[in-house]
Parts: sequence; C-alpha cells; structure tokens
Amino acid sequence: MHSNKYIFIYSSVMVIVVAVALTVVAVQLKPAQENNIRIERMQNILAAANIPSTVKDAETLYKKYVTKDLVVNSKGDVNTAIKAFEVNLEIENKLPAEKRALSIFICTLDNGEKKYVVPIRGKGLWGPVWGYIAFKPDFNTITGSIFDHKGETPGLGAEINTSTFQAQFKGKQIFDETGNYVSVKTIKGGAQKDDLHGVDAISGGTLTSDGVNNMLHDGLSLYVEYFKKQTK
Amino acid sequence: MANSTNDKEPIFSVKNLKNLTGPFNLNNPITIQVLGICSALAVTVQMKPAIVMALSVTIVTAFSNLIISFLRNTIPTSIRIIVQLVVVATLVIIVDQVLKAYVYDVSKKLSVFVGLIITNCIIMGRLEAFAMGNKPIPSFIDGIGNGIGYGIILVIIAFFRELLGSGKILGMSVIPPSFYEMGYRDNGMMILPPMALITIGVIIWVQRSRNKSLIEK
Repeated sequence: MHSNKYIFIYSSVMVIVVAVALTVVAVQLKPAQENNIRIERMQNILAAANIPSTVKDAETLYKKYVTKDLVVNSKGDVNTAIKAFEVNLEIENKLPAEKRALSIFICTLDNGEKKYVVPIRGKGLWGPVWGYIAFKPDFNTITGSIFDHKGETPGLGAEINTSTFQAQFKGKQIFDETGNYVSVKTIKGGAQKDDLHGVDAISGGTLTSDGVNNMLHDGLSLYVEYFKKQTK
Repeated sequence: MANSTNDKEPIFSVKNLKNLTGPFNLNNPITIQVLGICSALAVTVQMKPAIVMALSVTIVTAFSNLIISFLRNTIPTSIRIIVQLVVVATLVIIVDQVLKAYVYDVSKKLSVFVGLIITNCIIMGRLEAFAMGNKPIPSFIDGIGNGIGYGIILVIIAFFRELLGSGKILGMSVIPPSFYEMGYRDNGMMILPPMALITIGVIIWVQRSRNKSLIEK
C-alpha cells in the first residue's frame, strides 16, 4: 500500500504533466483549426453563390469573387466599424434584434452579375442549423442557398444539407407582389409548383424543417429594411 | 495472460504475435467480447469516418497501454482507475485536436464520438486486463491488436452500410445509374443505427458458424 502523501504527490505531478502537454498541443494546433473554420465559411459563401470550391482553392476564389462585404443593422444602416467576415451569428443571435450586426457578402461573377449572400442561423431539432442565402440584385429572388447542421437525424432532418433540398430555393422570392415580407417556407406535403414562397419540406424531418422555416423567417426579416432601401 | 519472464523477448515472438492477431478474430473486442458497440453503431454510416475512428481508437489503445504499462509499478492501486482515465482522456483530447486541425471534414462527422473514445470499454478493459500486468512492448502490441480488431469490424459494417445505404464506397458512387433507372433504390434504413446492430449480428453469426468453438453451450 502507498501512503496518502505518495498518492497526493503522484496525482499532482500527473495532473501538471497532463495540463502542460494539453496546453502545448492546443496552442500548436490552434492556427490550423481556426484556418479550417475560416475556409469552411468561405466555401459556404461561395457555394451559396453557386461557385464550386475545394478546400485548397477556396481562399483564392473567395478573394477573386467576393468583391465587397459590409455590415448593416436591422434599420438598414451600414456599420463600417465591424468586419463582415468576423461576425459570429451564434453571439449576434443572443442580442436584441436592433443591436445585431448583419453581414452581407457581395459576389461579382465573371460576367459582372452580382449576388448578395447573407448568413442565417437558427435551431433545428437537436442542435443549431445554419445557412447562407444568395440573392439577385433585386434583393428578392434567391439564386442559391446552402444549409448545414450540427446533429440533425441522419436520413431525415440531416437532408437539409443535400443539394436536392437546397436546389429548391433557387428562384423563390421573399417578398409578395405587394412588397410585403413573406420569407420562404418549407411546406409539409410538398409545395405547389407555382408557389414562389414555398419549397417541399423533408418527410420525416418536420421539426428540422420547422427550424429551417423559423431560421429563414427570422434571419432574413432583419435584412428587410436594408433590402427595401436598396430597391427604392 | 501474465508475462513476467525476465529474459529478453523478441518483439515478434509467438506470444506477442498472438497478442496482436488474437483480437482480429477469436478474441475480437466487438464480436466476441461485445465491447465498443455504441461507437460501432454511430460512426459507420460511411467508410471514411469509420476508418478515421478505427485509427484513432488504435492510437489511443496502443499508447494508453504503453504509458500505463510503463507506470504500472508506480501507480497507487487506490487511484489506478483515475490514473488510467487521465491518460486515456489526455490521448483522446490530443487525437481530437489533431483531427480538427488536419482532417476537419471527418472530425465534423465524428463529432462527439471522438470524445466518447474515453468511455470505450475496450480501452479501459485492455488497461485493466493487460497493461497493468505486462511489460510495455507486449502491452503496446496488445493495444494495436485490439484497436485493429475493433477497426476491422467497424470498416466491414461501414462498407455494407455505405454501399447499401447510399450506393457509394468511400464517397464514390459504385452502383451504375442504369440500376437506378431499372428501379433500384438505396435502402434508407441502412443509414439508421439499428441496421448497424443487425449488421454486427450478422457478422457474429457468420463468425460463429465458421468457428464452432465460439458457440456457448
């Protein structure tokens, strides 16, 4: 049997050695990890604008196509103090709506066509869901979208990150004929073919689809003032 | 099990080879000892995460066996489980951080399951049953053997689940489009965890029918 003193010293030394080892590893790997997150974000923005990219060329393509980014508030005023790329929606979503920083990424394609990409984030069934929506310069028609999730049910809610689901959003509009904000909804049982504001929900993934609905509605509603100002 | 001879043993002695290859088949951690089932259900939807998970578990079992075996005569018995857990947890965190830095997409798919390697019964089982009573090198080999034994089953399950569930192997489509035109459909059930359990059951069945000595009387 070991004495109590031995046990205490043994465990203290062990804990210190482990703590030092873990700190060294964490500090060493942090730049690589943060870079991965940055590149993922760039890839998402590019993907929403229908520009395919790989982990390797994402940075170059981003620099080439994302010609401008800006931050606005829910009243539609531009805030130049914050960098759009640094905005963390997880933190912003906890603030009251009028205080949130809303980023917009403007992509200019080779043919001069402009796309306005906005990030959104909300709650799915098991955890966060998020996405990037690209608009045409009319600030009404969606030209591309990307959704992802942390841990929705595989085969059901997790289908929101498949191209079949995302492709449905192309051509949908967030304002009705009279200019009222209606967002785009996922419709259980399938949307009508001529529905400009609805897409098919995911069968078996109702709660995730509802989460996507709320995310779209709440997230995009904050941009309404800015969008209206641009189209006046 | 005990391996306390003093004379120097070559690394690939008969005994060590047995420690290495035993877990591949007759002493497999998943199909015979029925350990580590939960992660085998969770990370086997596709082959790539399954392979990365198998490698991670192999690294963690091998090195925790090695470290614990080095320390085995100094560890106070009253806190030995805590010491084992600290060693395993440290290795798991390191593996998790490395995955996040170098294979980010896979690390997202594995999500919490890398962290849950800590609770994988195979690792604690090998530490208690082997590393606490054996020299470092045999322990290290035993760890690799058990990690690979676990990995083989994971990859087999993932192969069938990815093939039948999404028609792909390692992310590449292998089922010709003409099959789909003829009415073939991927089986969505294969993507869900219950089918992994059934696949494990089938593997256990095949293994036992080929090897009658494994059948309990």
